[in-house]
Amino acid sequence: MPNPDPLLSVRDLRVQVGRRGPQILHGINLDILPGETYGLVGESGSGKSVTGLSIMGLLKRPLNVSAGSIHYQDQNLLKLAPRARRRLRGDRIAMIFQEPMTALNPVASIGTQIAEMFVIHRGLDWPAARRRAVEALDSVQVPSPEERARAYPHQLSGGMRQRVMIAIALACRPDLLIADEPTTALDVTVQAGVLKLIDELCRAEGTAVLLVSHDLGVIANMCQRVGVMDRGRLIEEQDTVALFSNPLHPYTRGLLAARPRLGSRVEGGRKRLTELEEIVPPNARGHDAPTLVTPRGVRAARAEATA
Amino acid sequence: MMGFVLRRVLQMIPTILAVVLIIFFIFSVVPGSFLTSLMAEGRNMTNADVLAQMNAQFGLDDPIPVRLWNYVSGLLQFDLGISYRTREPVTSVLGPRLWPSVQLAIAAMTFAAAVGIPLGFMAALRPGSLFDSLTMVTAVSGLSVPEFWLGLLLMYVFALQLGWLPSFGYQENSLRHLVLPAIALGVSPMALLARTTRAGVLDVMNADFVRTARAKGVSEPRLVRAHITRNVLVLVLTTMGLQIGSLMGQAIVIEKLFSWPGIGSLLVDSVSVRDIPVVQGAVLVIVLWFLVINMLVDIAYALIDPRIKVA
Repeated sequence: MPNPDPLLSVRDLRVQVGRRGPQILHGINLDILPGETYGLVGESGSGKSVTGLSIMGLLKRPLNVSAGSIHYQDQNLLKLAPRARRRLRGDRIAMIFQEPMTALNPVASIGTQIAEMFVIHRGLDWPAARRRAVEALDSVQVPSPEERARAYPHQLSGGMRQRVMIAIALACRPDLLIADEPTTALDVTVQAGVLKLIDELCRAEGTAVLLVSHDLGVIANMCQRVGVMDRGRLIEEQDTVALFSNPLHPYTRGLLAARPRLGSRVEGGRKRLTELEEIVPPNARGHDAPTLVTPRGVRAARAEATA
Repeated sequence: MMGFVLRRVLQMIPTILAVVLIIFFIFSVVPGSFLTSLMAEGRNMTNADVLAQMNAQFGLDDPIPVRLWNYVSGLLQFDLGISYRTREPVTSVLGPRLWPSVQLAIAAMTFAAAVGIPLGFMAALRPGSLFDSLTMVTAVSGLSVPEFWLGLLLMYVFALQLGWLPSFGYQENSLRHLVLPAIALGVSPMALLARTTRAGVLDVMNADFVRTARAKGVSEPRLVRAHITRNVLVLVLTTMGLQIGSLMGQAIVIEKLFSWPGIGSLLVDSVSVRDIPVVQGAVLVIVLWFLVINMLVDIAYALIDPRIKVA
């Protein structure tokens, strides 16, 4: 089956610090198909978030896009007038961020912050927008939404705030949701619920998702295709199943091997983490870092031996 | 909310008590007295009978605890004592001075806020621009210029050279008389407000929720109006409250310079003749003003910032 036309297509995207500074992204190429969930993995500083922010047009100075194109439907976002681009933001392409604790305006009520979406993109008046905001809160499974709409961000837990962020992002039923580490700052017990919510809502609306994460488990569960980033380059792109069973690039293999796995500790010693080239300095290789903690497996084995 | 206001008012009581004690003890141990200052004026006060009579009249012979008791019980009945100099009750000496002082403080603060806050905002929206640099240089100069010199300069230009405004004096309901002293007094809080606002706006501009607002597609004017302003206001309000509270005390020099009949000039005059009851009263008024303004600022906080608990 031939691939449908991509929803978003990024070509040779280059991001630079200032005019003559170092490059952060060295020519990223990626396509996001309508309705698919595309995962972007890589370690901190590999350029995942910068890619997401470039698509949104939210790069902070001195970062700037120095070359390339970002096509959404038939328009190059980088050539759009600021006003036209702003209209797309939030309406057609939405984004949620890593830190739900600080991502909401502390002095505006939750309801107002969601309602603002309907006011600026749908032209509703405030009372009507506030009613829609309560519905939106209900759709992200926030209990007693009417009461919560009157609450302020500091009165909500991190998980609830991230649900509010999702309600804001999906308020206008966008075509693409960029989720930048949406669960990293959350408690593990809350993470699964938030991810499931994003998955369900986007599947129901046919919203494509660009999921930025360093958590391979999250990516494996959520995404159909995965792109692996390393130092500003997209070095591998595969279907999720293929990537996890047969990683092609040595970096991807290293990244997969660096996952902590339950029950993988070896008795009588610690398993070495895979050392990635150019990240572990040559003179530090093969040395054990001093540790004060004996791994649980070793302790259990010793206890059995003495018993 | 009413409970919050009430609690905030009650919290002032211990502070006021402490202030009253400090004022009383300081002025009962300062060297010199009204009588010695009369001698300095050349009057012959060596007559022991006269001294004893005056000491008895003002209750200066009583031991300190008795005088403290008399002072505090008088205060509770709004009796601040009798002025040594005019032999009038202190309350009726202070009364007519209060309104001019409040007027001057409010006018100076209005000027400071009306000029300083917009300047700080505009500077922060174009950081590093020529406008930004000019504003901040002006702000530093404003903070560094001595008030009396600025006052003299204003008098020279606007009263003497241009003849637009009166150079000194006070008239009831006369804005013309208020302008020059208010500006002279308001320049330094204006400069401080401009700097605080600029720093506050720059700080808030980098906040995560501003990025969220941009991601929502909020326009720049709406971003400043609906998201940044209220968050900055909390910071600015603190500076404003502290400034307006201390303006009455700071006004001493300006009041003397412009012959403004406020609490500050009364304080200076009374100190120079050791009219202790009036000095105590004036200091008490200045402190009370500070406390009341601070309380109002706290209440305003609770209205602006939902994170401040009012329950």
